[in-house]
Amino acid sequence: MFVWFHKLASPPYFYRLAGRLAPWLAWASLIVILAGLYGGLWLAPPDYQQGDGFRIIYVHVPSAWMSLFIYVVMALAAAIGLIWRMKLAHAVSAAAAPLGAAFTFLALVTGSLWGKPMWGTYWVWDARLTSELVLLFLYFGYLALHRAFEDQRSGDRAGAILALVGIVNVPIIHYSVKWWNTLHQGPTVFFGARADIAPSMYIPLFIMIIGFMLYFAAFVLKRLQVEILSRERHTAWVQELAGKP
Amino acid sequence: MSSWHEFLTMGGYAAYVWPAYGVALGVMVLNAVLPSRRQRALLKELARRAPNNQELP
Repeated sequence: MFVWFHKLASPPYFYRLAGRLAPWLAWASLIVILAGLYGGLWLAPPDYQQGDGFRIIYVHVPSAWMSLFIYVVMALAAAIGLIWRMKLAHAVSAAAAPLGAAFTFLALVTGSLWGKPMWGTYWVWDARLTSELVLLFLYFGYLALHRAFEDQRSGDRAGAILALVGIVNVPIIHYSVKWWNTLHQGPTVFFGARADIAPSMYIPLFIMIIGFMLYFAAFVLKRLQVEILSRERHTAWVQELAGKP
Repeated sequence: MSSWHEFLTMGGYAAYVWPAYGVALGVMVLNAVLPSRRQRALLKELARRAPNNQELP
């Protein structure tokens, strides 16, 4: 098992593996997302209170889920990078962060577009919304910090420490709706006490989340290839790879 | 959804539902295209400076 793990950690091997996997994952995510959209936008019945406005759920909830999931991936990779000094782990954090920031931005924008018709406002300093905004700043902080140093190693270390410090925000976001009396909806689908959402509504939601996960897998691998190339630019294998027309 | 019309108007919420999906589409397409373009640019840049093809400086 260790040989496999060691081989996986070698940049040239991982670069080629990522290159082979990414296209399949990308096409799979497209198909799954299209299926989810068909289920959510066309098949699912309108909500008895919110009518067709509730359909924003099919992009809001998957984005919000990804914003938290990616942060956990980033923090895990940061911890592995710090503890075992694996450069590749830091490259994973650097590749995941932009996608995490993108999904956090999407969660905030789609959420506020949903809030306007339902709550009468695009924004309110509610515990859930505010902690998600903090998450966005954490992502931007990581992105700025890990490139702010001359040598890559200290950039990685500083970024990793910020990612680990910021992990405390993830449970806060998740439990914010329970701890504080928030305007934002409580956990309805996965952690809700009783499933008060019809299958015809939550099945497309589940499909969309799988689609977003596949999308993340595909394009974090693509970004990882770029990270590996730029970090290993002086090595023989990159020179040879670049040299070939 | 019963009709194409209801689909487009989203039962009166079109002004919120479609922009939400538009932003999502934009952000996700951008994050799908950017890495490959960056990869090609980086490979080209490294190829230009690769020792084995001796171009004029």
